Amino acid sequence: MSDGNAPDLDALQASALAAIAAAADLPALDQVRVEYLGKQGRLTAQLKSLGALPKEARPAAGQAINRVKAELQAAVDARKGQLEQAALQARLATERVDVTLPGRGQECGAAHPVTRTLERIEQLFANAGFNVEEGPEVEDDYHNFEALNIPAHHPARAMHDTFYFPDGRLLRTHTSPVQIRVMEHREPPFRVIAPGRVYRCDSDLTHTPMFHQVEGFLVDEQATFADLKGVLYDFLRNFFEDDGLKLRFRPSYFPFTEPSAEVDVQCVKCGGSGCRVCKQSGWLEVLGCGMIHPAVLGHVRIDAERWLGYAFGMGVERLAMLRYGIDDIRLYFENDLRFLRQFG
Amino acid sequence: MRFSEAWLREWVDPPLDTQALADQLSLSGLEVDAVEPAAPAFTGVVVGHVQAVEPHPNAGKLRVCQVDTGDGEPVGIVCGAANVAAGQRVPVATVGARLPGDFKIKRARLRGVESNGMICSAAELGLAESADGILVLPGDAPVGEDLRAWMALDDHCIELDLTPDRADCLSVAGVARDVGVLNRVDLRSPKIASVQPAIDDRLPVELMAPAACPRYLCRVVRGVDPDAPTPLWMQERLRRSGLRPLSIAVDVTNYVLLELGQPMHAFDLARIEGGIRVRMAQAGEALTLLNGETASLRTDSLVIADQGRPLALAGVMGGADSAVGAGTRDILLESAFFAPAAIAGKARSYGLHTDSSHRFERGVDPTGCARAMERATALLVAVAGGEPGPVVEAVAADELPEPPVIPLRRGRIAQVLGLGFGDDAVADILGRLGMELAATDDGWEVTPPASRFDILLEVDLIAELGRVHGYDRIPVTHARSAAATRAPLEMAYDPARARRVLLDRGWHEAVTYSFVSPELQRLVDPTQTPLALANPLSADLSVMRTSLWPGLLQALRQNLARQQSRVRLFEAGLRFRPDGDTLHQEPMLGGAAVGPVLPEQWGAPGRDIDFFDIKSDVEALLAVAGCADAVGFIPAAHPALHPGQCARLERDGQPIGWVGGIHPSLAAALDLPATVQLFELATEQLGGGLRPAFSSLSKFPSIRRDLAIVVDAAVPFETVRGIVRTAAGALLRNVVLFDVYVGDKVESGRKSMALGLILQDVSQTLTDDDVAAVVARVLAALRSEAGAELRA
Repeated sequence: MSDGNAPDLDALQASALAAIAAAADLPALDQVRVEYLGKQGRLTAQLKSLGALPKEARPAAGQAINRVKAELQAAVDARKGQLEQAALQARLATERVDVTLPGRGQECGAAHPVTRTLERIEQLFANAGFNVEEGPEVEDDYHNFEALNIPAHHPARAMHDTFYFPDGRLLRTHTSPVQIRVMEHREPPFRVIAPGRVYRCDSDLTHTPMFHQVEGFLVDEQATFADLKGVLYDFLRNFFEDDGLKLRFRPSYFPFTEPSAEVDVQCVKCGGSGCRVCKQSGWLEVLGCGMIHPAVLGHVRIDAERWLGYAFGMGVERLAMLRYGIDDIRLYFENDLRFLRQFG
Repeated sequence: MRFSEAWLREWVDPPLDTQALADQLSLSGLEVDAVEPAAPAFTGVVVGHVQAVEPHPNAGKLRVCQVDTGDGEPVGIVCGAANVAAGQRVPVATVGARLPGDFKIKRARLRGVESNGMICSAAELGLAESADGILVLPGDAPVGEDLRAWMALDDHCIELDLTPDRADCLSVAGVARDVGVLNRVDLRSPKIASVQPAIDDRLPVELMAPAACPRYLCRVVRGVDPDAPTPLWMQERLRRSGLRPLSIAVDVTNYVLLELGQPMHAFDLARIEGGIRVRMAQAGEALTLLNGETASLRTDSLVIADQGRPLALAGVMGGADSAVGAGTRDILLESAFFAPAAIAGKARSYGLHTDSSHRFERGVDPTGCARAMERATALLVAVAGGEPGPVVEAVAADELPEPPVIPLRRGRIAQVLGLGFGDDAVADILGRLGMELAATDDGWEVTPPASRFDILLEVDLIAELGRVHGYDRIPVTHARSAAATRAPLEMAYDPARARRVLLDRGWHEAVTYSFVSPELQRLVDPTQTPLALANPLSADLSVMRTSLWPGLLQALRQNLARQQSRVRLFEAGLRFRPDGDTLHQEPMLGGAAVGPVLPEQWGAPGRDIDFFDIKSDVEALLAVAGCADAVGFIPAAHPALHPGQCARLERDGQPIGWVGGIHPSLAAALDLPATVQLFELATEQLGGGLRPAFSSLSKFPSIRRDLAIVVDAAVPFETVRGIVRTAAGALLRNVVLFDVYVGDKVESGRKSMALGLILQDVSQTLTDDDVAAVVARVLAALRSEAGAELRA
């Protein structure tokens, strides 16, 4: 018997606490609260009955009742908290989803590996200050050959396997005519790259009749073969993301450059030790380049004494093959989704 | 150009092993394509002497030979070759020998007779593709000697892939000179002396086309033994250079071609009437060539003729009738210079390509004819006897190419290469290349040798300096450029952004050929006549596309055939539209799609893509291009598209593209589903949209009113929206269409549209009266202009 409360107050408290604890949900708990603490509640009734006590007993009895009331209220609040928490837990449990189900909606498509590669090449040269220019694919003999110092019957023409139209026009065999198209109407200096489709009348395991090249050239009052090497070292090391990539410049021949070179990179597959990709040589030919031939500048009426330039050209399919390990050039133009999806 | 390493080393022998030599050649611009052993590996083969040949007692086709292999005691060897004979020197694979193909020779009994080895054919030793009987060695072959060593078979065949400017290296002598320069090693060229004439026979030569042929040498050799065998060493050199030995006269001219780079020809003297005339062919002349084909000669072709008829296509191929034959004893040797311009393209124009034309069209040393003539005469007479006459030379001195005198400025070298050269280095490199140098104030005047047709300008000399010095030893520098960087305009069409939109909306990028099949092209775009190639690879790739759709539809079809049910492909590229004399090469962005609108997934209903799905993608493209508001979708007809589901895109009244469902007939013709959707945009027309222009944000709330109206089914939404916008006026922020209904609940021939009008003022909160006034105006306008009613 605590604090000497009247036995009926103690009994009331005990039964109230038991009822609170037994309330299984919020409505039941509220019912208990009303039963004991409401306006018509049993504890409230006790307060109302104080008047029947002797005057000197009233303060003590009132305090006792109020203390019990506070205790019961606290018990109700605590129980309410418990029940709310339990209800939340129950709801959350029902709202559980299988997070391993796939997301809904549209998927992303995949870029073609050639364009993906072209975009990278353009970006790398844009960073180096080169502007992108384009030219027609149906070209004339002058821009594709003549102005590039490849006159009729030049042996270099035999290497080009040109597609012709009945009127003598042709499908450009390289992106080099863009050099002429840019230079013939504008004043130097120039710093340009020209990506695009090119065509050769050739189709076998390693050739498709259409492929892509990126031509680049610079014309300025100062431009040296050493600068050309600098641009290509930067480009190829960035492209293959290998700061230590070894390059090899081999003298070669293009009618529109002199000196001319072919550039090999250390095999990106085997690192130079020799493999199937590099045909055991340790090197991969990736582009051709050189100093722009004075005859080319002459064709576009640029003073070759004052202005020097370099040019380079690369095959995009080849670079993409090396970068992504594609082993069959014909896949590029079959547009098989199973192929394309690999380059998303 | 293929040659034997040992032959080259006879001329110049730098201290490099084979691989190092090959690498050096490649890095100097003479690209080595292949280095192959001159003979496959074999061991235990020696020179044997056939002392006796007897028939095999038990086999009619076999013989039993007694062969001395150097051990003193002859051994018995059974041989099946018909050409084996006593007295021959032959290659003998002794017991224990290993032949190519890991073929081990053992002692064996053949039909009861013991055989102690094998007499080999050239094919069995890997020295020929096929062989007719055993290889008979020269009579002076030392018996018992290891065959590999004696024939110097531990040699390599080096194959060069020469660029067309380096015709001077189409000979052992030419390659040797370059190797000498690269290694600073002197050449050991063989001495070539004049052969004294033994008879006085000579043929007159007339140069009737002196520009095409300014020098022609010929020489009569009488009494040559046509059956004289080509010596083994010469056969071997020809073989290692990729040529097949034929007959002594031909082999000698080929040998000189390989050694000195001078193409020569041997005529049957008896077939020549009168003298030699070097002239242009006459109209109507024909010539049967060595390959058996008869060429109808054109008047642009240089021929070697006699009094009456053409004998040879100059510098390309001899004629069959005047060729040296099996019994030819009297020969006319030719060694001439034909100008590259006269020969270039000629062989090709007759469908020919010969070792001779290959060299003449690139340039043969015009000063080398006499040396080659002496070399060939000496070799021929030494092997096959005969009496040479004097060399007859006809020259048009004025027409001979004059080597240029090229000024080379010291300072220009560094300007071009980025690396300066000392005077000594310049003199050493160019001097070893056979150039003559004369000092000038600022450098030199350089005269290249007559064999270097590729050296014409100062920069050619600078290139030679760089090449011989080594490109890898030129520094790597980074120069600033004065060229301005021109960034694209902000509102220019950005192809990368457009591609990205499509990729992000589930499209895959295709690249298809720019040439397509004419049938497919006609089906898709029957109103255009495409540009046709003169020399297509195949009929399927013979006309230039006038639309991206033929290629895309084909790719779609191929993917469907490969069990892909959902295909959305786009492509960016040119279309080629002839228009009178002009050809429009227009950059296009096109797409073709079929199958479910979403990839197969749980929780979303499967539905095939339709017009409005693809229109949404096109609208997204227009939006990122910044021109969505400027482009209208106009109902129109296109032969490839469904007439009821086809829109032409117009900007400022100009057509800029199409979007629509495939025409059912086209789908049927291509065996494609009728649900294929197509779009194509002329991307040049997509740029230049309005730059974003800021307008201030209203601080006041917006109010939405929804209206459901019923109009005739034929009334386009575009019309309704126009009426709403005009009638609502400045308070209208946006109008959204959130439902379109056709069915039981509206009158037949009518449709219901549910519109949401979003209204807002910039200066005050709208009152109910303001909103009611706008709605009333809109409804009145819709009623009067579009026959609309409020839906009950």
